[in-house]
Amino acid sequence: MSDKSRIDEPTGTATVGHEWDGIEELNTPLPRWWLWTFYATIAWAAVYVVLFPAWPMVNSATRGVLEWSSRGDLKAELAAQDARRAPFAKAIAATPITDLPRKHELMEAAIQGGSAAFKVHCVQCHGAGGAGVVGAYPSLTDDDWLWGGDLAAIETTLTHGIRNPDHDETRLNMMPAFGKDGILDAAAINDLVSHVRVISRQEKPSASSARGAALFEANCVACHGPAGQGIRELGGPKLTDAVWLYGGSREAIARTIYAPRNGVMPRWNDKLDAVTIKMLSAYVHSLGGGEDAPAPVLTAQPKGEADNG
Amino acid sequence: MAEPIAEPRFSHKKLERNITLLGLSALAAVVVGGIVEIAPLFWIDNTIEKVEGMRPYTPLELSGRNIYMREGCYTCHSQMIRPFRDEVERYGHYSLAAESMYDHPFQWGSKRTGPDLARVGKRYSDEWHRAHLADPRSVVPESIMPPYAFLAERDLDAGDMSDDLTALSRVGVPYSKAAIAAANADLKAQADPNAEGAAELQARYPKAQVRDFDGDPSRITEMDALIAYLQMLGTLVDVEKAAPQDQGDAPVAAKVAAAAPKGANP
Repeated sequence: MSDKSRIDEPTGTATVGHEWDGIEELNTPLPRWWLWTFYATIAWAAVYVVLFPAWPMVNSATRGVLEWSSRGDLKAELAAQDARRAPFAKAIAATPITDLPRKHELMEAAIQGGSAAFKVHCVQCHGAGGAGVVGAYPSLTDDDWLWGGDLAAIETTLTHGIRNPDHDETRLNMMPAFGKDGILDAAAINDLVSHVRVISRQEKPSASSARGAALFEANCVACHGPAGQGIRELGGPKLTDAVWLYGGSREAIARTIYAPRNGVMPRWNDKLDAVTIKMLSAYVHSLGGGEDAPAPVLTAQPKGEADNG
Repeated sequence: MAEPIAEPRFSHKKLERNITLLGLSALAAVVVGGIVEIAPLFWIDNTIEKVEGMRPYTPLELSGRNIYMREGCYTCHSQMIRPFRDEVERYGHYSLAAESMYDHPFQWGSKRTGPDLARVGKRYSDEWHRAHLADPRSVVPESIMPPYAFLAERDLDAGDMSDDLTALSRVGVPYSKAAIAAANADLKAQADPNAEGAAELQARYPKAQVRDFDGDPSRITEMDALIAYLQMLGTLVDVEKAAPQDQGDAPVAAKVAAAAPKGANP
């Protein structure tokens, strides 16, 4: 191996000077622009470690003179957004939900905010626009309410959920599994179905429905009311209209009586703040079926404490 | 770099022609880099924030997690909410390192074809999960997720869960000897609301949700396990309490946040 640098004749370039088995290497240095860019990145690194978190120390890394952190960034961004929303948020928080409709501008703002929150948290079950899923999740666009359709009732449902496991204040009412648990036999269920079909005006009265009426009287009126008109305070659905969550055919009603679904809605007070829940209530109320607050006489005590501001 | 051959005191020639010297020098370079970049993670406090409530997974959750990995859920679903406003508003508080400290391997994922699942727990009902896993389009019409209806039909064949717990305890998950011994009983107890061991299970694993998850109390299916796992995700740690221990919050931002009212984020 020789170590002599020389000029390579065909290219006119110097070699680096070493040679193995006749193979030599041309000395073609990096372009200047590349080299200076490289030096610039080194210089920037020096600046960076001063400005931004960099060196690991005993308990944490150096913070850098800018004190930047992604979590701090997020916090500032959320705070800025909260500040932007603050006028409305504060006003909505200070207004009892039953008074919202009287403050038109606030109600509109609440509906807009609720519409945004609905798209994030509610559409998975209740569908885009609150149309529901047939046979699984109720439509929020009609005027058929299981637990009440005035603002305060909707807010309570949103806050505490329906049959939310491990939550004492949740709305709770379990329909017994009349068939599965052997409370009624198949013939009795068949008669009950006939009666329900009669009161929902889908069938004409028959001997079967007459027998069913007696069974209804004995088993169902506690929650569904004597005429099957439903009892909202208990979450007993109305059976006399054409709205069926789990289907109104003979088979579907029989299936429900045999083994009810007892659908679950999670509570949201552990996931959303009170203002968002209020805005969601306003939005759901605005979807088409919203009801006025019930007359004071009918206001049940639990609703009274739900929100009186 | 550009200068011609001048034979300086230190020359690459010396280094490159001596294999032992080159090897040792390369080792030294890697060791220095390693010490600077890796070693501090073992002593710096904010590598894993101290949080309350994080616990090892219950045997049922663990077997659900095994199904989650078996079915490759992580290829479409991440479990890592990044500290950006869009993510925090959609999924909830950003993920803390401590929330994955018992994950072996972690399920952060690298791509979101579906939504993030880090805080999916308790967000939907068990029934929703059953309907959605069996036929995703029955509840989310625009979903492109494949159906997993077979999970409800297959009995959970978790094998001996105490082996799983033992393996995890060897890599640092603090399962007690009692927990390992009771693993198979705990698995059954969590999926059956009438089982006897529920109280012991909840003493061992606080916040464990005990119920029949798949709507079929007569047996324990893979659906039970997977839904138990999903319903637990993100529910163990009280993130708001953990927040003051977060790393490097900009003091200015912190003051602004304290002054402003709480907004629409959970």
